[in-house]
Amino acid sequence: MNIFHAIGGVLADQIEAVRAVNRRFAKPRLTMSPAAQRSLLGLRIYLLVLVGLLAYKFVTVVTQ
Amino acid sequence: MNRTTRLYYVSRRWWKAGRLFLVIAGPGIVVMIADNDAGGITTYAATGAKYQYYLIWFLIILGPVAYYVQEMTVRLGAVTKRGHAEAIFDGFGPFWGWFSLIDLLILDWLTLVTEFIGMTTALAIFGVPGWLTVLGVCLLMGFMVLNGRYWTWEKLAMAFCAVNLIYIPGAFLVNPSVSDILRQGLIPNFPGGFTGELFFFLMANIGTTIAPWMLFFQQSSVVDKGLKEIDIPWGKTDTLIGAFFTVLVAVFIIIVTGTVLNGRDVTDAAQASRMLMETHHWAGVFMAIGLFDAGLLGAICISLASSWAFGEVFGWAHSLNNKIREAPWFYFAYFFALITSGLVVLIPGAPLVLITLFVQVVAVTLLPAALVFLILLLNDKDTMGDRVNTFSENVINGSIVAVIIVLSTAYGLSTLFPSLFGQSGAP
Repeated sequence: MNIFHAIGGVLADQIEAVRAVNRRFAKPRLTMSPAAQRSLLGLRIYLLVLVGLLAYKFVTVVTQ
Repeated sequence: MNRTTRLYYVSRRWWKAGRLFLVIAGPGIVVMIADNDAGGITTYAATGAKYQYYLIWFLIILGPVAYYVQEMTVRLGAVTKRGHAEAIFDGFGPFWGWFSLIDLLILDWLTLVTEFIGMTTALAIFGVPGWLTVLGVCLLMGFMVLNGRYWTWEKLAMAFCAVNLIYIPGAFLVNPSVSDILRQGLIPNFPGGFTGELFFFLMANIGTTIAPWMLFFQQSSVVDKGLKEIDIPWGKTDTLIGAFFTVLVAVFIIIVTGTVLNGRDVTDAAQASRMLMETHHWAGVFMAIGLFDAGLLGAICISLASSWAFGEVFGWAHSLNNKIREAPWFYFAYFFALITSGLVVLIPGAPLVLITLFVQVVAVTLLPAALVFLILLLNDKDTMGDRVNTFSENVINGSIVAVIIVLSTAYGLSTLFPSLFGQSGAP
């Protein structure tokens, strides 16, 4: 019981640490020019396509 | 002022400049030479064996490419006093921050495994068991960081960088034809035409020249060393010298394998060492020592890149100038990555080939993002002030980044789908 309590405490500390990081960097400091916005949009699309290809590869490997 | 007096003052000025450079030099040379890590040695060895000296010109081009990318981290680190991970969080918010940090941790850990594979296979040639290599490396790397001074760590790392030059005498041992090297290697050409296999080799060489951990490592290293804006020209020189040596080492590896192993399939550098030892014992021995050193240098830098990034983001003390009691989480992250990746190599039947391939796939998810963030941060006038990218720097760096993104993505995809470019026998 004490072990579970201790693990719970450690996990809660870690979650709080992550939340503190999120609060600290909540507002992006970089000025979002149109070029910056386009670059980030392009990056999101690139990553989505890549994740899609990875998922496709995973499915084909598993079903083979 | 007579000639003797003028000569005295000029030599004194050069002597002072040289001493100042020796104080500031480090991050650029270490990151660039560590760039020739265990995976890189395998790629160069395979390239030389496959295409002899014909792709040396391509590696020479990659030197300035690596310089221009890494030079940006020097400016960003010196101006913002922030590592790359923290700069991404600060500039782009938690979404891109967590994406980069988690991706970096996964990639660094997987790459560390490949460094241990390189080190254990290299020392296995001399009969050293894998467990002893892993134990020895962990102890050595522990000793390097636990002395509590960045300066000591850096100078030790630079000593290992000097060992990396062992490939140069190795090349002289195999008596290559200098005229063949100059004739075949220095004129841009595509041996056998621009085939899918050649394209794969070109991509592999780019993939080993620019790796995501290098951006994070050098920027954090610049910050930990305490470089200021005034030191940027020295930091750039440091990076330039490092770029020169990384290309030099790569070229000499190609010369060794291109001379002795031309036409034979090389799948890893340890195998190349054994093959070399059949005809040129000492050249093979040098190749194995160089492979171990390359893996060690890679491990030294990569494990630090992760723990620095963690420390920056979570706000822990994260300097090599801190003692272990002052920065416990920083050192915990360092040793955790190091020990767990070393242990994986010792597990019988561990999927090491799969891990090696997976590194390239994960790299293409992080490298484009890290490079785009770098360019955007370098263009932020509020952050960079006078050190913001100029128009010409944007043209050069933007073009380099675009080409790297396209080719590294193609390389990653060819790992996922091996028949994509019709390659065979590739590294």
